[in-house]
Amino acid sequence: MDSNIYVENILDHYHNPRNFGKPEKFDIYRNEFNPLCGDKISVFIKLNKNIIEDIKFTGNGCAISQAAASILTEHIKGKDIEEIKQYGEHQIMELLGIKISHLRLKCALLSIKTIQNALNQ
Amino acid sequence: MKLMSKYLDVEKIKEDFPIFQRKIGNNQLIYLDSASTSHKPISVLDSISNFYKLHNSNVHRGIYTLSEEATTLYEESRLKVANFIGANDNEIIFTHGTTESINMVAKSLFSSYLKKGDEIITTNLEHHSNFVPWQYLSKKYGLKLIIWEISKEGNLDLGKLENLITDKTKLIAVTHISNVLGTINPIDKIAKIAHKNNSLILIDGAQSVPHTQINVKELNIDILAFSGHKMLATTGIGVLYVKKDILDKIDPSSFGGGMISQVTQEDSMWAPIPWKFEAGTPNIEGAISISAAIDYLNKVGLNNIHNHEMQLSKYASDLLVKIPGLQLYGPNIKSGIISFNLGKIHPHDISTVLDTQGIAVRGGHHCCMPLMKSLCINGTTRASFYLYNTFEDIEYLSKFLLKVKEVFK
Ligand SMILES: Cc1ncc(COP(=O)(O)O)c(C=O)c1O
Repeated sequence: MDSNIYVENILDHYHNPRNFGKPEKFDIYRNEFNPLCGDKISVFIKLNKNIIEDIKFTGNGCAISQAAASILTEHIKGKDIEEIKQYGEHQIMELLGIKISHLRLKCALLSIKTIQNALNQ
Repeated sequence: MKLMSKYLDVEKIKEDFPIFQRKIGNNQLIYLDSASTSHKPISVLDSISNFYKLHNSNVHRGIYTLSEEATTLYEESRLKVANFIGANDNEIIFTHGTTESINMVAKSLFSSYLKKGDEIITTNLEHHSNFVPWQYLSKKYGLKLIIWEISKEGNLDLGKLENLITDKTKLIAVTHISNVLGTINPIDKIAKIAHKNNSLILIDGAQSVPHTQINVKELNIDILAFSGHKMLATTGIGVLYVKKDILDKIDPSSFGGGMISQVTQEDSMWAPIPWKFEAGTPNIEGAISISAAIDYLNKVGLNNIHNHEMQLSKYASDLLVKIPGLQLYGPNIKSGIISFNLGKIHPHDISTVLDTQGIAVRGGHHCCMPLMKSLCINGTTRASFYLYNTFEDIEYLSKFLLKVKEVFK
């Protein structure tokens, strides 16, 4: 098994996160915390009816949690919120393209959890 | 040139620990997380399987050969533990670990010794298990919890304690050795201050009993808690030592079989100490494993282990501090526990990269959130040592920390 999860794409998103920062205008906001790692993610979502028009995030934590937030926000822009609500581990792993150990799964899933909680609140 | 320990024949010791025969990926296991849990020598593993193969039965219950043997083995383990820390065997209570030991005695103290308005002193160096019980119970019963804060270097200043202690102070609960900073606290001096003020002293010995010789009578410790799994024994067994005259005065906090002498519909009488504090079927094989672990530790010699670890600790500090961007925490003189951060790289990212080389370290807050807050950090990466660690292990760690930096540059 290739145990390297710090592939170029992940490190690129970690060092240069896309959609990072707090926007002036947004419709919904949510933050979540992963107590095991101390990872923090806040998301700011702007909706156009059922479509995610824009999404930004702030946060800090391990490379996996932050890169996942960057990759995910990039991916879901323009998508229907009902589709996003259905995302699970499988979709996130596919997006990240790495094999994550059980213990680090929480880091990888923190941003989708934050987004889904934001959409469901 | 390969550096050798002056105190231990580590290569020989390693042969006693089957886990070092396995590989992590293609790499040899470099285990630097003994503060979390230790590995087990074959003699400990054999003691458990022998118990089940030859003597398995409940203790203090049946009047037949097997039960008598099991009871003898269990009580011999108690005596072994007592001798190990300089206590009497009726002062040794078997529990499931440090956490249960502290919770158990805390509940007993709150129900039958401490009163509303009393004060308890603990520190911001503590593991949550020696912090949260005091915080919760103090709030619930109207006591005041006072925090003795560490200095910038990570030491506890005795002068500060003198200022915090009052005639209302009934208990000082403090760790002997910090599981994050490796700080070695002056227990004897803290005990003197406590007793001068009619306070009890409780010591969290989770990180000290496995690594250094402790004598509860010489140090004048009232209460001591530690875990078997950090001292070569199995998980699920721990020890609570309480001075006899305190044990006689406090109520048990767990009730049921084994801890009574008589039960009627109206009332119950407790068994003599220490049994009145051991409700239910105990962890028999765990107690037996502690006995085998103590035999092993005594054979190697706790002083040798302590000196070996102090050497490793110094070597690691000197080596790691040379890595640009690496910050070490804690005092200069510390036990075999080294905490650090490397630039802004998250400790879990460091651990994951090191794991690809077979190196096991711990990253995170180490169950010490108040301490992390006082250091203004979210977590650290921690390397901790035991009798099976070598100078080479530390050289590997240092070498691959450079690789971590490379990955995250
Ligand atoms: C200082 C200290 N106290 C208490 C504990 C808790 O021990 P256990 O989890 O075995 O109950 C630990 C273990 O991590 C520790 O390091």
